[in-house]
Amino acid sequence: MQLSFTAMNVLAGSTLLGGLGGALGSFALLRRQSLLGDALAHAALPGVCLAYLLTGSKAPFALLLGALATGLLGSLAILGIVRFSRVKEDAAMGIVLSVFFGLGIVLLTVIQKLPAGNQSGLDKFLFGQAATLVREDLITMAVLATAACLAIVLLFKEMKLLCFDPGFAASLGLPVRRLEILLTLLLVVVVVVGLQTVGVVLIVATLITPAAAARQWTDRLSSMVWLAAAIGALSGAFGSLASAQIDRLPTGPVIVLASSIALILSLVAAPGRGLAWQLLRERRAAARIRRENLLKDLYRLGEERDDWGEYLPRPLLMGMRGQSASQLARSARPLVRAGWVESAGDALRLTDAGRREASQVVRNHRLWELYLKRRLELAADHVHRDAEAMEHVLSPDLTDEIERLLDFPRIDPHGREIPARAQGAA
Amino acid sequence: MRPEVSILLVGSFVGASCGLIGCFLVLRRMALLGDAISHAVLPGIAIAFLLTGRRAPLPMVIGAGALGVLTVLLVELFQRSRRMSEDASIGVVFPALFSLGVILISRYAAQVDLDLDCVLYGEIAYVPWDLLLVGGRSFGPKALWVTGGVLALILALVVVLFKELKLSTFDAGLAATLGFAPAFLHYLLMSAVSVTVVGSFESVGAILVVAMLVVPPATAYLLTERLGTMLVLAAGLGVASAVGGYALARALDASIAGAMAVVAGGLFLLALLFSPRHGVLARLFHHRRLGARLSDQLMLLHLDGGGATAATLGARLGWPRRRLDAALARLSGNGWIERRDEELGLTEAGRRRLSTETAGFASGPP
Repeated sequence: MQLSFTAMNVLAGSTLLGGLGGALGSFALLRRQSLLGDALAHAALPGVCLAYLLTGSKAPFALLLGALATGLLGSLAILGIVRFSRVKEDAAMGIVLSVFFGLGIVLLTVIQKLPAGNQSGLDKFLFGQAATLVREDLITMAVLATAACLAIVLLFKEMKLLCFDPGFAASLGLPVRRLEILLTLLLVVVVVVGLQTVGVVLIVATLITPAAAARQWTDRLSSMVWLAAAIGALSGAFGSLASAQIDRLPTGPVIVLASSIALILSLVAAPGRGLAWQLLRERRAAARIRRENLLKDLYRLGEERDDWGEYLPRPLLMGMRGQSASQLARSARPLVRAGWVESAGDALRLTDAGRREASQVVRNHRLWELYLKRRLELAADHVHRDAEAMEHVLSPDLTDEIERLLDFPRIDPHGREIPARAQGAA
Repeated sequence: MRPEVSILLVGSFVGASCGLIGCFLVLRRMALLGDAISHAVLPGIAIAFLLTGRRAPLPMVIGAGALGVLTVLLVELFQRSRRMSEDASIGVVFPALFSLGVILISRYAAQVDLDLDCVLYGEIAYVPWDLLLVGGRSFGPKALWVTGGVLALILALVVVLFKELKLSTFDAGLAATLGFAPAFLHYLLMSAVSVTVVGSFESVGAILVVAMLVVPPATAYLLTERLGTMLVLAAGLGVASAVGGYALARALDASIAGAMAVVAGGLFLLALLFSPRHGVLARLFHHRRLGARLSDQLMLLHLDGGGATAATLGARLGWPRRRLDAALARLSGNGWIERRDEELGLTEAGRRRLSTETAGFASGPP
């Protein structure tokens, strides 16, 4: 793939922005300030216009300085409104964001009516036009990014404490206020760097989306920051390459969509936390509960008839829990394989090993029922449903403890025998 | 109809409908969800354009309404999965949808007669020339009908469901136990926000819808304690922002929608400073008056026994010079203390004052 000089600039700029945004967004995400970046981006617009009006130049450094100034002013305004009035934080952000942006638009239209204004090209800050990135922009971006990275590396420990326990940080004598201001300042730097590439509206996504994706994979801040930076940088690179190859495909939105897809994949598939894994865990637990219930049903029928050798017809077992034939078969099959249940024709019975296993579920159930009746003084006809759930989660040690607490009882509230602990049962 | 009149009417309709519905967003602390919806409706509008091939209002409203509800559902889905906080969910959902909309519009720019800049800040100045034509006859500007219809809808919603909205806003739990279906009201409200957003979209754009949705209601919130008054005030402030914004834009020859947001912001700043109950100045004044009264009480108590000079009093209270002098000046100005040689003491009026001031204390003066 042959890239033009412009495309190289765009690639470098987008990757840089993605990486920086991901790294700093991690802190914003953990401090629950995800939308501060959005407010800051909108608040930066009038600064850009003012800087142009005052200096008459489009030098990136001057424009960025203006953005920095009003961005900071905006964040102070949010703090001030929340501190000095009864308006809540969400409304304060909405106010600052929209009013500053309105001011920016007014200034922008004023500039466009100026003799030289039409060529100012300031409207690229609205949606971003990565294609207009030139070497000089890149140098400014690189300087700002290096400064921001340096700040993160040097103050990593302090920032970490600020994210997770600001109260503790203050009690250790850390300058919490100043660190908060520094973090906001760094966010403004990202916003300013991103204005030209992805535009006012989408900057928030370069901060938050990679960080939210990275959060799914790890519980360590340092790995989260690295991962978020990597996801951001990759999305940035992908976005710039895609829009260089395909006609009329704007860079900023593609970057945002790429990181959004990374987020969805992370939410679904991240090991441990992912929704797919959770679903799998839930299904496994449900299957185990169904198997244990079948063992218990077979045990109770055997107990009632006082005959453990008799095969019990499947329709009878299906009727006990309103199961279909295939549902019963799904639960029975692994039990037969484990050697706990024997199947003959259309009937099932417990083996000796199966009886031992089943007795432990029944033991959990009956001990819990008795515990509820004696300790919580619930009526005997109110304890079954709770025990039906608890029997599957009680560990053998816990059941032993309950047995000790109840002074080794033999009979449950319904007059049935409580099975003894079986050695070696799974 | 003169162009100025139709621009002013459209602006006022937008201001009033956003002000009404925005009150509930601000009170429910969902101002930023309004922001998210105003951006996320873009792909809905783009798809409606692509499917119908023209700027037909009804498909646009339906498309935008669907996307608005989808936004709320997605944000709640992320949040309920307990893997992301609410603000982060909002922060990832609306940029993704907005990006989708921008890509659709850029890819099919030829088919879609929709300017991207207008998406953000609207083009209310063109409103008078985009006429509603039925069978060759003109029925006035199209936007007037759309925004007027939206206002009528919102007005009807607020009037008919006032009691239900009020209760579910202030006490969702009670509303649920009384069978008011707060979840249904929540989605109804979100749909209403989407409809308002799309109705206002063409004239004021996405960001300035946010200005109208959040700023006038927040201003009204600083001025009253009653929901009914707040709704009326917010609608009025919305209209005032629209009219004032138009005047400002004419004076500066600048974007009308932008100027409306600036005026709304200016009105908010005025309320923030000067609101009789919740304003910064009122609070400051109240604070100082409380402080002065406390100083007076303390000084009366200390002079009750007599035998103190200004210097010994200052040493005993440990006050800075200014606080001491100010309190002395106030007390002698009221005729509550008098000076015999160097010694300070209470007058008869001062003693009476002290007993009324300390009447509320359980154990009396120490």
